[in-house]
Amino acid sequence: MSEQNSSQKLLEVKDLHVSFFTPAGEVKAVGGISYDLNYGEVMGVVGESGSGKSVEAYSIIGLLQSPGKVIGGSITFEGQDVLSFSKAEMTAFRGNKVAMIFQNPMTCLNPVYTIGNQLVEALRAHDKNISSKDAEKRAMEMMEMVGINNVEKRMKQYPHEFSGGMRQRVMIAMGLICHPQLLIADEPTTALDVTIQAQILELMKDLQKKTKMGIIFITHNLGVVADICDKVSVMYAGKMVEQGPVDDIFYAPAHPYTEGLLRSMPRVDAESYERLIPIEGTPVDMLNPPEGCPFAPRCEKCMKICLKKMPPYVEVGENHRSACWLRVQERINKEEA
Amino acid sequence: MGKYFAKRLGMAVVTIFLVTCVTFLLMNAVPGSPWLSEKTPSEATLAALNAKYGLDKPVIVQLFMYLKNLLHGDFGVSLKMQRNREVLSIILEMFPVSAKVGAIALCWAVLVGVPLGCLAAFKRGKLTDSILRVVCTLGISMPSFVVASVLLVVFAGGALKLFPTIFDASQGWRSYVLPCFSLGFYPMCYTARQTRSAMLDSLNQEYIKTARAKGLKNGKIIFKHALRNALIPVITYLGPQVAFTLCGGFVVESVFSIPGLGRYFVQSIQNRDYPVIMGTTIFLATFIILMNVVVDILYKVADPRISLTKGGD
Repeated sequence: MSEQNSSQKLLEVKDLHVSFFTPAGEVKAVGGISYDLNYGEVMGVVGESGSGKSVEAYSIIGLLQSPGKVIGGSITFEGQDVLSFSKAEMTAFRGNKVAMIFQNPMTCLNPVYTIGNQLVEALRAHDKNISSKDAEKRAMEMMEMVGINNVEKRMKQYPHEFSGGMRQRVMIAMGLICHPQLLIADEPTTALDVTIQAQILELMKDLQKKTKMGIIFITHNLGVVADICDKVSVMYAGKMVEQGPVDDIFYAPAHPYTEGLLRSMPRVDAESYERLIPIEGTPVDMLNPPEGCPFAPRCEKCMKICLKKMPPYVEVGENHRSACWLRVQERINKEEA
Repeated sequence: MGKYFAKRLGMAVVTIFLVTCVTFLLMNAVPGSPWLSEKTPSEATLAALNAKYGLDKPVIVQLFMYLKNLLHGDFGVSLKMQRNREVLSIILEMFPVSAKVGAIALCWAVLVGVPLGCLAAFKRGKLTDSILRVVCTLGISMPSFVVASVLLVVFAGGALKLFPTIFDASQGWRSYVLPCFSLGFYPMCYTARQTRSAMLDSLNQEYIKTARAKGLKNGKIIFKHALRNALIPVITYLGPQVAFTLCGGFVVESVFSIPGLGRYFVQSIQNRDYPVIMGTTIFLATFIILMNVVVDILYKVADPRISLTKGGD
C-alpha cells in the first residue's frame, strides 16, 4: 500500500438498513448507520447485546443468514459496491479482501481437520495456483507470526489439542493469511480469560502495525476499545448514536448512552467509595421499537421531543458526531448567541 | 490399541456364548420337531432318529454338547433340509449369494442416501426438501415386499419385460437390478434421513461460519466441513445394517427366489432344522459384533477426538 492511498477510504457504509423478517414481524436490526473507515484505521463498535453490532459487520462480508436481509443503503469497499456482488464475487471477496474472526475460538475451528489443513485451505481458496508446499510454508510463517511455537508439529495437530488463546491465534493467522485489507473482529476476546485477552489484544495491535490493515473491532468492552481503537462508534438499538475519535468518546462523550456506558465501567483512578452506576431499564424490544430516540425511555435527560422524533446527527467536534436532541439544542443556543 | 482389541475380543466371546445359549434354549422351547412331515414316521423310526442326532438327551446336555463341538469349529450337520450336510458348508455356499445382492444394495443406498440427505439439509424448508421427505417417509414405512411387488409389476411383468422375475445368477446383472433396488430402498431412505438431521446440526455450528468467512465454496463447506462432522450417526446406523443386509433380506430373497442365507434361515426355523438355526444365528451374531468393531474404528477415522482406548464403549 502506498502512502498516497493511506488517507483514502477503505470502506464506506452509507445509511445501511438490515432487517430480519421473523414470523413475529420485521426486526429492524440495523436502522440506517453510516461510517467511513480509512486504510489502516481501527474502529471500535461498542454497544450492548442485540444492538446490531454483529449484524452490521456480517452484512459487510455477506454472511447474513436468512431471514436477515440488507434492505437499504450502500457498502463500498475500495470503490466497489459490495451489495451488488454476485454470489461468486462475494465468495472470492470473503476471506481474501476482508477476513473475519469470531467470538468463540473453541467452536470456530472444525474439530475433524488439522490446523494445517484449515490454514492451507483458507489460502488455497483464493490462490488456486499456489503449490501445496508453498501453501504449507506460508501457513507455518503465519503461525509463527501469531506467536505459535513448534509450528511443524502444531500444523499436524487438531483443534482440541490447542488451548482457547492458541485457537484464537490460529483464527487470526487464518484470517490474515491472504493479506486482507480489512479484518472484522467480532468480540475476539470476550470468550477468553483476562490474561489471554491482553495477549491477543497485544498481538492484534502488533499485527495491525505490521500489516497496516483496517480493523473493525466489535466489542462491549470499553477498556479494549481504549487500548486498540483509533475511533469508536457507539451503537444502540440498531442506530449509531455517537461516533468519534477514541479520546473524544472517553473524555468528552456527547450522548447520554455513551456517558452511561462510561459510568458503568470500573476505573483504576476511582475513589474507593465511588460505585459503578448501571444504566437503568432494559434494552429496546426490537419488534416494537419506540418512536423517537430509542434510548429516550432509559435516558435521564429525556425531553418531550426525544419521545417523538429521532434526533439528527450534530457535529460536536472534529469527526465527532452525536445523535441527541441535547446537542441540537446546544447548537441552536450557540447560533442564537 | 492392543488392549482395546483384547477387551473387545473378550466381550465378543461372552456375547456369542450368551447368544448361543439363549437361542438354543428358546429354539428347543418351541413345539415341533425336525421329523414332522406329511407322512409321519413310525415311533421306532423317530426314536432311532432322535438317538442318532442326540435329540433324546435332556436339553441342557444337548446344549453342553453343542458348545463343546462349537469350540472345535464343528457346527453340526443339517437334520432335514439338506440332511447330513455340514452346516458350515451350507452357510459358506449361501452367504456369498446374499452378500453380493446385499453389498450392491448397500452401496447404492449409501451413495445415493448420503448426498440426498446433504441436499435436503442444505435446501431445508424448500421444495426439494419436502419432496425428499415424502420419498424417505414412504421408503421407511413401506414394507419391502410392497416395494418388491411394485417393482415386479412395473418392470418385470406387464408391458415392460425389462428384468427377470426370478433371480438367476447366470443371467448376469439383469437379475440383480430389482432385488438390489428393493433391498437397498429402506436403508437408502433411512440413511438420507439420518444424514439430513445430522447435517442440519453440523451446518449450524460455528466452524461453518468460519468456513464461509474464509470464502470457501458451498460444495466444500457442505461435503468437507459439514458432512464429516455429520457422519457419526450415519456410521452408527450402517454398521449393524451391513451385517443384516449382507446376510440377506428374507422378504426380498423370497419374492425373487434368491437362494440366499436370509431365506434359508427362515426356512430352517420353519423346519426346526436345529443345527442350521444355530449356525446361522451364531454367524449373524459374529458378523454384527465384527461390524461394531469396524464402526468403532471408523468413528476414530471420522473424528480424531474419539479415542478407542479411553473411556467405555
